[in-house]
Amino acid sequence: MIELNKDNFDEEVLQATGPVLVDFWGEKCEPCKALMPDVHALAEKYGDKMKMCKLNTTQNRRLAIGQKVLGLPTFIVYKNGEKVKEISGAENCTMETVENLIKENI
Amino acid sequence: MSKVYDVVIIGGGPAGLSAGLYASRSRMSALIIEKAKWGGQAGTTEELENYPGSIEMPTGPKLMERMKSQAEAFGTEFVKDEVTGFDISDKIKKIISGSGKEISTRTIIIATGAQPVILGIPGEMELRGKGVSYCATCDADFFAELEVVVVGGGDAAVEEAIYLTKFAEKVTIVHRRDEFRAAKSIVEKAINNDKIDIMWDTVPEEIYGDGIVEGIKLRNVKTNEITDFRTDGVFMFVGTKPISEFVKGIVEMDPKGYIKADEEMRTSVEGIFAAGDVRIKSLRQVVTAAADGAIAAVNAEKYIEKNLEH
Repeated sequence: MIELNKDNFDEEVLQATGPVLVDFWGEKCEPCKALMPDVHALAEKYGDKMKMCKLNTTQNRRLAIGQKVLGLPTFIVYKNGEKVKEISGAENCTMETVENLIKENI
Repeated sequence: MSKVYDVVIIGGGPAGLSAGLYASRSRMSALIIEKAKWGGQAGTTEELENYPGSIEMPTGPKLMERMKSQAEAFGTEFVKDEVTGFDISDKIKKIISGSGKEISTRTIIIATGAQPVILGIPGEMELRGKGVSYCATCDADFFAELEVVVVGGGDAAVEEAIYLTKFAEKVTIVHRRDEFRAAKSIVEKAINNDKIDIMWDTVPEEIYGDGIVEGIKLRNVKTNEITDFRTDGVFMFVGTKPISEFVKGIVEMDPKGYIKADEEMRTSVEGIFAAGDVRIKSLRQVVTAAADGAIAAVNAEKYIEKNLEH
């Protein structure tokens, strides 16, 4: 998975062609960390069809808020620089819902 | 024939982990199934000062990590999966999981716990993850030097409000009554905290904002006066509801979905036990969940000895 930060976010996400998934997570977000192995597995499985990225919001708070993300976990799919779908909140973000989010957008 | 567990525990919070520990120490084969994160609600509670003995490292995630390793050390097995169905017609019960597996077991302990209630006011769902939050430890970072509102008056609301003052500039607690239900020591801490304001007799009516939270409309329940309150975030701690939908129609429960169990944690179905926040009880805390788990495991063992070994 591509690690995003303020230096590469524009290039990897906003200027990318094709779908991009961003996993917004934080160092104190236990549900995010619990889900991370599943997200890595999904990145392996779908990596050739969708660009898989993650953003550490603890290190990149302003960048996350700039994307109107103020809650974790949040997963957003971007296409051509636009948000097309997002899910947020611990009960709403499971391996199943993230996989569906990917499948619906490839 | 595939493996038959002595006990399958559904839910990996304090009740489930404690059940696993007690079962494994009795040399029962035990499996804990957890669909989301180990530790349950306690796993996202930063300040956990009321679990006996946890004073030195009182954080929820650390305590839950230790509970899990302790159960693991005695042989409890763990799997990440969701339970979607049951076949309880035989003495050997079957659990069907979301990934399509069938797990055979002699007994079942339901320890799925509870989750935050969503009030359902306008804006609440739409602004989820955009300033509306149900998890202070997850989201507090975003609100450094900003202002937030906490809705609720129980232990969770007041404790999390105190936690949030470490990040936010100002925290306003909005509570529908004129006193807190939370423990007195916590309430004192909140009242003496300069960063905390309290609005009594007040309920939220609507959360609004263009893409992110900009404010909340509040109503005073005594005067019905509506106040428009500018804020950057709204943390909702208005109570919890049981996670029991998946056993509806199988075990008896109350109208709210809390499972009926006796003081030995036996449900209305033989061989199925309930432990922790998911059952009808008066005090939902880590310490009572852990106690429930232990009692359930011991009674699962008794049930097997009595019914399945002769």
